[in-house]
Amino acid sequence: MALVLVGTSHRNAPVELRELVSFTPERRGEALSRLAGRDGEAAVLSTCNRTEVYLAGPEAGACAQRALDELASLSGLSEAELQPALYRLGDVTAAHHLFRVAAGLDSLVPGEAQILGQVRESFDAAQAAGTAGPTLHRLFRHALRAGKRVRTETAIAENPASVSSAAAELAERVVGDLEGRRVLVLGAGKMGELTAANLISRGAESIFVASRTPERARRLAERFGGTAAGIEAVERELGLADVVVASTSASGYVVTAEQVERALRTRRGRPLFFVDIAVPRDVDPAVNTLDGCYLYDIDDLERVVAESVAGRREEAARAETIVGSEAEAFHAWQLSLDVVPAIAMLRELGERIRMAELARAEHRLDGLSPSERKAVESLTTQIVAKLLHAPTVRLKEAAVAAEGVGYAEAVRHLFGLGEDER
Amino acid sequence: MGELGILLLAPALVGYGEAAVAYVGETVRPGRAAGLAIWGVRLGWLAQTALLVAQAVRADGFPWSTWAGSLNLFVWMCVGGYLIWGCRTRFRLLGLGVMPLAAGLLAVAWVAGGTGTAPRSGFGDAFLVVHVGLVLAAFAAFTLAAALAALYLWQERRLKSRSAGVLRLRAPALVTLDLLTGRTIAVALAGLTIGIGIGFARLETRGGSLDVTMVVTALAWAVYAAYLVLRHQAGWRGRRTAYVALIGFVVVLVVRVGLPPVAHF
Repeated sequence: MALVLVGTSHRNAPVELRELVSFTPERRGEALSRLAGRDGEAAVLSTCNRTEVYLAGPEAGACAQRALDELASLSGLSEAELQPALYRLGDVTAAHHLFRVAAGLDSLVPGEAQILGQVRESFDAAQAAGTAGPTLHRLFRHALRAGKRVRTETAIAENPASVSSAAAELAERVVGDLEGRRVLVLGAGKMGELTAANLISRGAESIFVASRTPERARRLAERFGGTAAGIEAVERELGLADVVVASTSASGYVVTAEQVERALRTRRGRPLFFVDIAVPRDVDPAVNTLDGCYLYDIDDLERVVAESVAGRREEAARAETIVGSEAEAFHAWQLSLDVVPAIAMLRELGERIRMAELARAEHRLDGLSPSERKAVESLTTQIVAKLLHAPTVRLKEAAVAAEGVGYAEAVRHLFGLGEDER
Repeated sequence: MGELGILLLAPALVGYGEAAVAYVGETVRPGRAAGLAIWGVRLGWLAQTALLVAQAVRADGFPWSTWAGSLNLFVWMCVGGYLIWGCRTRFRLLGLGVMPLAAGLLAVAWVAGGTGTAPRSGFGDAFLVVHVGLVLAAFAAFTLAAALAALYLWQERRLKSRSAGVLRLRAPALVTLDLLTGRTIAVALAGLTIGIGIGFARLETRGGSLDVTMVVTALAWAVYAAYLVLRHQAGWRGRRTAYVALIGFVVVLVVRVGLPPVAHF
């Protein structure tokens, strides 16, 4: 079985083209059986950054053509228009590519977590459509394992890759688990909303939105199930909140050090984390000098993100080693397929001869007790197994060394395997 | 010191030493050395446990009644306590405070003859054993609390300075560290109070006078009691309470390293 990958990603194609070759779940369900053909296997990985068609079949050329036809029909473009944006990989290179994808090494942000779930989902879809045979089964199993290993054995996915997730992670470093924590959002801008959404996704519960435009504050508060108020309520809320997200368009400070100092008197030492993503800044920088207060502005957050992305890149080198070892394991399995039929036939021949010889000697074994008969059965089985052990091991070794086909042919010839069927 | 003693002490010392170095390495290059460090702690602690068992089996009575012997037991308690949290990834850096101290004190105990397995006699009075055991356990817990407080101050400083690499090292949240320091001190203080109470009861029945060890131990008790009062009555949290925990630890260190282990009863 040849393995073929035809696809495109953010590295080769602009979003306009990626949109055209993107599969909806319904479209993918229909396409899988067409892509698999009569005796092949098919899986489709389609995300916003990539569309990749994985096919296994007796002929690589025919597989690639089916994938091209499907992508052309999906996009409404001609093959000639599509070709420059596509890559075509085969066997171990295709496997290695999928393992890198599953590990997040081919993503825009190295180590991003979503892709592993998307790879699993594309495999599930292929299984549901009945187009995942032994080759794709083994391929995706290795891919998912590579993805998991990279995430558990390296720190590639540990640090945040966006300003909003960095803010949420820093808040957790100060106030601990965000479950049930109170968040004060100042301003109803887009960045503030994103940061609030990230905090909510980590369990923060009570959101209080203060804005100079009450209507926008109310809309944002409703979205998160919180409360809206005017900006004058800030000082009271500073005494209650655990995290403050500031993103107003005010020209001066909305939160002063004096206000925070007054609020601290009612907090009994509880720390307060400020995220100031407004430009010009909303929170007086002197707040960071107050005991128990931590203030990060947009520059600080961007520096943290840059450092953490750099850290991810360093970890990527370790991740590549893991991916390489999984690709080698898959390659060894693929090569072993060349010799599996010969091994099976050889063992079958041994068993057939054993049974035939026992049947011929049946009249001489009549006088044996059941336990003696069992001993004879076991003895003959062991003789056959021991005789075939070394050839089996040598064949598997030859397969790994890419000499499997020649050895399998020699075994077939020497033992006359398959001659009865001719 | 018998061959068995050396056989068990060497891996303990090597394990603790390796862990101490690996934790320093972890701060320089996060993610690589922490795994090695925690295995060093585990193996070292197992070896030291075996050493203590060998000492207990061969001794007639409580085998850690000498200054060096009790230091050996104290180190084992500290590392055992550390292992409760240290195995969790976020708490591994706590080892940076505990393991260099543990390796150093174990080496001192060895040099001073507290790690031998030759038969010896110690005090066999159950009251004394409970007294010494409770006081040592409390001191070990105060040591862990000091490590938690130190980790708090270090992490707090990093967060305040807004360093770009602040998220690259895994560490517990400030609130968690503060809370754990408080709880550890509360539990340890209860143990120390009972231990001191037993000591005074014995002093009362057998007669005797106050000595420096008793006075400084009482001072340690006062510092930690003040810590709890300030925390619960005055609402002190964070940096200020962390400093009080470290001051208390300095007093503990004086009692534990600078003075004889058992008061004169």
